[in-house]
Amino acid sequence: MRSMMKALIVICACAMFVVGCSGNGGAKPSESNAGSNGTATQTPAKETDKPAGEKVELSFYYPVAVGGPITEVIENMAKDFMAENPDITVKPVYTGSYADTMVKAQAAIQGKTPPDLAVLLSTELFTLLDMDAIEPLDELIAVDGGDEYLKDFYPAFLANGQTDGKTWSIPFQRSTIVLFYNKEMFKAAGLDPEKAPATWEELADYAKKLTKDGQWGLEIPSTGFLYWMFQTFALQSGDNIMTQDGKKVFFDTPENVQSMQFWRDLAAVHKAMPEGAIEWGTVPSDFIEGKTAMMYHTTGNLTNVKNNAKFDFGVAMLPKNKQYGTPTGGGNFYMFKGISEAKKQAAWKFIKFMTESERIAQWSIDTGYVAPRISAYETDKMKSYVQEFPAALVARDQLQYASAELSTHNNGKVSKIFSDAIQSVLTGSSDSATALKKAQEEADKALAPFNK
Amino acid sequence: MKMAARRRRAWKMNAFAWLLLLPSLIFLLVFTLYPVAGALKLSLFQADLGTPQPSFIGLDNYKSMAEDSVFWKVVNNNIWFAIGTVPTSILLSLLMAMFANKVMRARGLVRTAFFYPTVVPMIAIGNIWLFIYTPEYGMVSRFLETFGIKGPNWLGTPDLVMWAMIIMIVWKEAGYFMLFYLAGLQNISEELYESARVDGVPAWRVFWRITFPLLMPTTLFVSIIALTNSFKLVDHLWIMTKGGPENASNLLLFYIYETAFSFWDQGMASALTTVMIILLLVLAAIQFFGFDRRIHYR
Repeated sequence: MRSMMKALIVICACAMFVVGCSGNGGAKPSESNAGSNGTATQTPAKETDKPAGEKVELSFYYPVAVGGPITEVIENMAKDFMAENPDITVKPVYTGSYADTMVKAQAAIQGKTPPDLAVLLSTELFTLLDMDAIEPLDELIAVDGGDEYLKDFYPAFLANGQTDGKTWSIPFQRSTIVLFYNKEMFKAAGLDPEKAPATWEELADYAKKLTKDGQWGLEIPSTGFLYWMFQTFALQSGDNIMTQDGKKVFFDTPENVQSMQFWRDLAAVHKAMPEGAIEWGTVPSDFIEGKTAMMYHTTGNLTNVKNNAKFDFGVAMLPKNKQYGTPTGGGNFYMFKGISEAKKQAAWKFIKFMTESERIAQWSIDTGYVAPRISAYETDKMKSYVQEFPAALVARDQLQYASAELSTHNNGKVSKIFSDAIQSVLTGSSDSATALKKAQEEADKALAPFNK
Repeated sequence: MKMAARRRRAWKMNAFAWLLLLPSLIFLLVFTLYPVAGALKLSLFQADLGTPQPSFIGLDNYKSMAEDSVFWKVVNNNIWFAIGTVPTSILLSLLMAMFANKVMRARGLVRTAFFYPTVVPMIAIGNIWLFIYTPEYGMVSRFLETFGIKGPNWLGTPDLVMWAMIIMIVWKEAGYFMLFYLAGLQNISEELYESARVDGVPAWRVFWRITFPLLMPTTLFVSIIALTNSFKLVDHLWIMTKGGPENASNLLLFYIYETAFSFWDQGMASALTTVMIILLLVLAAIQFFGFDRRIHYR
């Protein structure tokens, strides 16, 4: 009898719960319809084309990939924008890492509610094109001076946003790879602390001299962004490893095999770098802790090293082989497809606002990213900053030798194939020529559907 | 007449049972069976970046999966990961539970110490162990240094990385399983031990004849949890290795995520998901129907 009673109570409770759920679900739409005048910010009415004169609302996804109070900076920038443009409301949505932001944007696209704007990796171009998710910006750019407008951006940064003669994204938070070195260790090893290695031979030679017990000469990270690190060597030895249309890659050229061998030899032959895969995140702490005398890393770490290193350090362009070279990295502004004309105009206004010379100069100082505009370096702000901290200029000076980051159709797969191949060489389980040949074959297969 | 009445009564009973099951059935249907069916269907389609409109390709996804060397490596890794973590963590948790059950002083401290890794989120554990395994100045390397041994690059060497992961997961899991064993131990009647003591039965025999058999239901439960966890726990890979070097620490679920959200190949990701579901179902079936009969339930 008692168990019967219990069962009945449970059923009643469940029934109430179910009813409660469905009741809620049913009530929501009408509720939000009724309240849409008062609480417009909570329920973005995306589908409705707003008549002129009404407020335009933009949703803006952005990731955070470096340290510091970035969300606050972005929120404040959005507030400044809204103060200048009272008829536009921007809702910045922090969406995690770059990868998370991509996943969220994709989910929103499939749910037919894409964001209006997002900052995503510049290398996502072909993926977003294949998803048919983004809008070209040429018409909007043309109104604002066309080529004149684009000319102010460094070409190396624009490269990843352009294909098929169209511009699909505007550079925002960008970076390159530079060489960090510990001046005190240079002195201790009898090297000139004002002269960083300028060639591959010097790099290997210095690294050997700087290696001693408990201290490596050089560290190049090899767990994340391996293909990016590899591109430095490839670009220094020859051409870029993919075509601008993202349909072909050149992994197994003789120059690349030689580049791969050089990277491998730094550990295997010269014994100046740790064996195996080196963690991306621990390389900067190794440098700060004095466990390595030199490191290859993103300029995004400049502020971190500056604040934490207890020794005098130098920043230099990457040493050259046949020429100087580095890939660019970082995120661009994208505009999504299927938004109304009013929103397009508003979104473009916001992009322009965010990339104004003064503002992007301040953004660069706050974060350590390289400002993507030439005129940003002519602002007073930037001039006084680089005077105080000349290392910030190295990345910009290197830009004249920089090229696009690896970005192709089926990009996730292709870069994974390549990264696995590089790791297999660095851990000694495969030789350079075989690994790169295999990667080339697999990448060709992954790209085959796009070469029909 | 009689038959009809009985049938009606049976139907009533059944309807009552179904009514009781309804709430959980709804959740099972909406959040488990429906997505599983969706994955099953999508696995027969080519749905990747190269094909804007998904097209039916039958079993082609499974065929190319069979040819994918990374897939086989990942499956192989996962099997070793399971072999490495399941028996070890069960054994360790049993020992910990017996110790925590016997210990007289600082009982709370012992139990907390054993249990706390369970409370820490996997991402935090990944970060902590990343430091522990760091070459040169990580904890393990420092410790080995005192003996004059130069520690290896744990996470950067393909042959070592899986061991490093297994040790970490055993450390995290054992405390959780200990909790179940502790409950199991306290359910065993003290009288059994007393009579064994009166008969002068040696300790190891007591363990094999009383403790171990009476704990079998717990062991079955724990082993299922441990086995499914060895397929479910992948958070640490994000922090520590991204599946590298050279896929040496990559696991099936992580590979599914990569395929779905980095390669954007939804058809293949669904096919991989289907394989994983089948694998888990088979394992659960073996455990339930194989071991269950030989377990002594009170």
